[in-house]
Amino acid sequence: MIAGNTISFFCLLILFLPLGAFVVNIFFGKRLPRQGDWVSVGAILITLLLSLLLLVSMLLNGDPNFSYEAVLPWIDLGAFKIDLGFWVDNITIVMLVVVALISSMTHLFSIEYMKGDIRYNRYFAYLGLFTFSMNGIVLANNLISLYIFWELVGVSSYLLIGHWFEKHSAADASKKAFLTNRVGDIGFFIGIMLMFTAINSFNFQELFDGVNQGLMTGNLLTLAGIGLFMGAVGKSSQFPLHIWLPDAMEGPTPVSALMHAATMVAAGVYLTVRLFPLFSPEALTIIAYVGGFTALFAATIAITQNDIKKVLAYSTVSQLGYMILAVGVGNYVAAFFHLLTHAMFKACLFYGSGSVIHAMHHSLHELDDHETDPQDMRNMGGFSTKMPITSWTMTIATLAISGVPLFSGFLSKDAILAGTLSFVEHHPEHLLLAIFGFGAAAITAFYMFRLIFMTFHGKPQMPKVFQGIHESPKLMTYPLILLAGLSFFLFYTLPYINPFSDHGWFTELIKAKDSVAPGSPTAAEIYEGVHHAHYPAMILSLIVAGLGIGLSYLFYFKKNLSAKDWSKRMGFLYNLSLNKYFFDENYNRLLYQPFLKLSRAVAYLDWDLYDKYFINGFGRVTRFFSKLTGHMDYEGLDQSLVDGVGRSFQRFGEQLKHVQTGRLQNYMLFALIGVIVILVFQTI
Amino acid sequence: MDTLTNYLFVSVVLFSLGLFGVITRRNGVAVLMGIELILNAANLNFLAFARFGGMNMAGHVYALFVIVLAAAEAAVALAIIINIFNNYKTINVDEVSELKQ
Repeated sequence: MIAGNTISFFCLLILFLPLGAFVVNIFFGKRLPRQGDWVSVGAILITLLLSLLLLVSMLLNGDPNFSYEAVLPWIDLGAFKIDLGFWVDNITIVMLVVVALISSMTHLFSIEYMKGDIRYNRYFAYLGLFTFSMNGIVLANNLISLYIFWELVGVSSYLLIGHWFEKHSAADASKKAFLTNRVGDIGFFIGIMLMFTAINSFNFQELFDGVNQGLMTGNLLTLAGIGLFMGAVGKSSQFPLHIWLPDAMEGPTPVSALMHAATMVAAGVYLTVRLFPLFSPEALTIIAYVGGFTALFAATIAITQNDIKKVLAYSTVSQLGYMILAVGVGNYVAAFFHLLTHAMFKACLFYGSGSVIHAMHHSLHELDDHETDPQDMRNMGGFSTKMPITSWTMTIATLAISGVPLFSGFLSKDAILAGTLSFVEHHPEHLLLAIFGFGAAAITAFYMFRLIFMTFHGKPQMPKVFQGIHESPKLMTYPLILLAGLSFFLFYTLPYINPFSDHGWFTELIKAKDSVAPGSPTAAEIYEGVHHAHYPAMILSLIVAGLGIGLSYLFYFKKNLSAKDWSKRMGFLYNLSLNKYFFDENYNRLLYQPFLKLSRAVAYLDWDLYDKYFINGFGRVTRFFSKLTGHMDYEGLDQSLVDGVGRSFQRFGEQLKHVQTGRLQNYMLFALIGVIVILVFQTI
Repeated sequence: MDTLTNYLFVSVVLFSLGLFGVITRRNGVAVLMGIELILNAANLNFLAFARFGGMNMAGHVYALFVIVLAAAEAAVALAIIINIFNNYKTINVDEVSELKQ
């Protein structure tokens, strides 16, 4: 492995180059040639290069226990110390590559996609900020700096989702994303503080050691774990805070790709992966249920959505649920594996949808049609002949996400499902988790092929629009091809080539750590269980994926089964799914409206009662007293005492001046009197 | 009879009359006459102390100086009074009070 100083230097560059691009673009971007996009693109490409160098050195080194920590003291108040620093291990390096790769693809894709945007330079600046904050999370070695970058990710996602803030829906979506995240962050902060009060440190390693020594046990540890997990629930948009992610589709499509694949939502999963040793078995059970439920629940919503990006959004929620489920059942390496593979094919799917939407936009623009929704799949159909590259790459990514052999998703999904199955074998009372997992796998295959069939196959639904559809320019298709290529299993199992086993550099280099929480199974035990469940899980997952794809084929390709009839037959369920289980409506009715009412009541108390009577009354009393004392001061003191002294002197002077008569004889008389007085006094 | 006290007594009477004149008279010439009286009271004092108090010839000499000075002073003062009369058509000192404002 390369020397520590070099790693620190690389990490600093990786962290601060995107920030530099942000600063340059936000202040001078407008004045630079091409509005400064080359600054951002250049910075991110260097970042990618450095990350790849780290990856290569990691591969050459081949040490699964590699760990490097660099610490910089930040706040030192005697007993209270906060250090900033990097903690670089194999997980960090892989994650850095994912972030840098997806971010670079986003930059390249955006050059074409955002061409002519009024805030072109600002968009690139925010991309830089986003990458910077995500790299900060990835590199952090303690909870405080992680929390800082965590919030920075929140801010930059807010800025990017609301990029087209003239659109009311985009402005609302950015606010929603920010505020929903805030709910989770409260729990996150409580978790951090619980950890700190018990162990008196923010540093990850010290926290692991502290829990290992039993400084924090039982319910407190569980509670702290759930607190930390709440942060991940918000960021990774797990049930019940999943509501912001679909709305976040209001942002530009490359941003959605970046957010869904590498930065924002991956942060939550990355956090749980990083802090896995801290979670107690009880906390992990809750995590598993939240993740599993989210996986199934979001998948059922995705079935009925017609907006191409909404389908992908819910599929992301569902896939994140998978990862969280994997963490919950203890197989957190599988979660990270899925995070890696998912980043590639999900980014590919989003760029593909971006390419489709881009084409639709142009076609509609030429027809001067501003009514038709360019994102609605019901307006598409048959695009595979017009956009072969987009069509093929998206199909590959879809095969990957559905868990078809030969593709990356198959391996990672299989690892997750094997972990779940082994967990259920050990704890039969949690059978529900396996149902969540496999159910979601079937539904995922179904709705993803629905998307492909509706968009690229069948008859064009709007022939006029279809005429104007063109393949996107090269800057947009190259990232697609690259990412579709990375959706093949090969890149994750090298140097071995066996499409049915995830054995390869990843599993060699990234080994699970033992949990330090009391009562947890060791990593070896979990691995053993996963190994046993590997083949049953694979067969089951192949069956459910085949089922999903087959049904989708019958419904949307062959049309042997009519989607319309079935949706009528299952009217109630269909409506539930179409309306996303009425979550927004219910949150609005049960949370926001009562909260608004409460706020109004409090505002009434505060303004109408407290301010008007108490505060203003206090003011009135004070004014009265001021007047009184003012009167006393002016009339009493100034007028009579201060001025009185002056007046009395004046009066005395007036009187005294009559002595000066101007008659010499008078003066002489006074002199005489004076002499007499002196003489008299002398004699006495 | 021929004692210092008697001479001094006459001198005090002369001085007091002179001072009275200076202070009470309105007429400038009368004021001047009061001053002459005061000077002569002083002369009488010099001579009395020359005779009884051991001042010897010094007292006489001073008396002579005072007489000479009084003559000069009278000449100057009368000239001033004539000028005042020329300017104000009066020698009443109360009415000549330009400095008092």
